[in-house]
Amino acid sequence: MKDSYDVVVVGGGPAGTTAARFAAMGGADVLVLEKDREIGVPVRCGEAVDHEGIIEFIQPDKKFVAAEIRNFKLVAPDGTVVKPLIEGVGYVLDRRVFDYELARLAADEGAEIVTKAYVDSVTRNNGRVDGVTVQYKGDRIRLKSKIVIGADGVESRVGRWAGMNTTVSMHDMESAAQVTAANVNVEDDTCLFYFGEKYAPGGYLWVFPKGNRTANIGLAVAADQSRKKHALKFLEEFMEKKFPDASVLSKLAGGVPCAETLEEVSMPGLMLVGDAAHQVNPVSGGGIISGMIAGKMAGKVAADVVKKNDMSLLRDYDQEWQKSLGARHHRYYKIKKVIYKFRDNDLNSIAAAMSKLPESEQTLGALFKQAVIKHPTLIVDVMKLFFS
Amino acid sequence: MIEIHEDKCDLCGCCVGVCPENCIDLTESRISIEYDICTDCRKCEWACPFEVFEFKNQRANVKVPA
Ligand SMILES: Cc1cc2nc3c(=O)[nH]c(=O)nc-3n(C[C@H](O)[C@H](O)[C@H](O)COP(=O)(O)OP(=O)(O)OC[C@H]3O[C@@H](n4cnc5c(N)ncnc54)[C@H](O)[C@@H]3O)c2cc1C
Ligand code: SF4
Ligand code: SF4
Repeated sequence: MKDSYDVVVVGGGPAGTTAARFAAMGGADVLVLEKDREIGVPVRCGEAVDHEGIIEFIQPDKKFVAAEIRNFKLVAPDGTVVKPLIEGVGYVLDRRVFDYELARLAADEGAEIVTKAYVDSVTRNNGRVDGVTVQYKGDRIRLKSKIVIGADGVESRVGRWAGMNTTVSMHDMESAAQVTAANVNVEDDTCLFYFGEKYAPGGYLWVFPKGNRTANIGLAVAADQSRKKHALKFLEEFMEKKFPDASVLSKLAGGVPCAETLEEVSMPGLMLVGDAAHQVNPVSGGGIISGMIAGKMAGKVAADVVKKNDMSLLRDYDQEWQKSLGARHHRYYKIKKVIYKFRDNDLNSIAAAMSKLPESEQTLGALFKQAVIKHPTLIVDVMKLFFS
Repeated sequence: MIEIHEDKCDLCGCCVGVCPENCIDLTESRISIEYDICTDCRKCEWACPFEVFEFKNQRANVKVPA
């Protein structure tokens, strides 16, 4: 480790290593600091992505693809199953290997990656972020950098240390628990989703197959609703009921920031990417791909800033994010607010209406239409959504 | 004040994300609260998926958040 870099990236998840990769590719001198002892471990993720999303960054490979997904099944609170037609293919990854590969790609471009390095503050000079302090091998070291990229996940403090408000509201934080279980009877090409108060109020429950009768089974509850009953309790009850013979191979906690996209994702000397910038799809909670997309944007802009020695170019990252995925997430956030108003009986009647349609018409679009038809009061919300 | 049952903590960071005071420190292996900054708002307790926190009687010197 040197004492000065062009770009210091805090966090070695998909967003951080992708930012590092593209910054290094653009000629910047890049360091990634990861507090855990190993990139990719522990995995805190359902690990589902779509094919279209990842091919921009890495070729799907059997060493990190655990299962290929061709079907979705949505289970309503009363047990009605809807199987919407989906196009394309998805994967359930082995993120341990996937994150490793992403880090390797960054290293191949020349980025230096250091683990067991805990960043405990950012340093500032004249209102500009100009480095970090890091606890490493028993020492506290000050590192200087032209740009810091905060890719420190849901627990992000980098932005807040620098004065940005990135606290996630209780309404938007999804409090999650997941097990990876063996000896479960699941279809290897089908992702299952359960909706309703009894499974996961303000969120949903998922069963994502990982091959050989194993699966990620988890759920997320809106944090403002998990007060009475916490995520792990919900999950234990579900496992007891649906998979009493399963062996739990791992159990994890997690948080997903399903929030409105931040108004600003950079400030002088600092960029935020991934969960740290609330770049998760607020409806699905998926954040792997969007974090990588933002990581790529930020990495490229960072390299440009360094090359041209012009800090004002940092705003290009904000602009690019806002006009692409940012705008989309803004719409998704509004949809999320509508969906969150659904109660169990709403969900049941939508599912019932869907299952009466011929199979070829059971698309996600039809699902949305049913939601509106069944609940005229929601039309107002949906209109607002499309006309605002 | 908020007590931490460290043995139950999975180090996931959900509590850190919601803490309005940014006073939870989470390293690779440990969680701790800076108690002189903590306002006892209990958001960490409610958000934690694993019930790591336990609220024990209000401290006298604490400013109550709006
Ligand atoms: C239970 C659960 C299920 C999910 N399922 C899916 C899914 O199926 N599909 C999907 O697309 N998304 C899913 N997500 C979301 C997805 O996991 C995240 O959006 C994604 O990991 C974000 O990537 P990131 O690089 O921003 O952050 P992370 O992957 O969280 O990486 C952040 C890294 O920063 C490190 N770090 C933090 N603070 C510091 C510090 N101070 N110093 C040094 N290092 C630090 C952390 O150790 C971590 O390695 C799920 C999330 C959860 C919790
Ligand atoms: S939310 Fe709970 S399990 Fe996660 S880090 Fe905080 S205390 Fe630990
Ligand atoms: S009680 Fe509130 S202020 Fe104190 S650590 Fe928890 S979330 Fe932070």
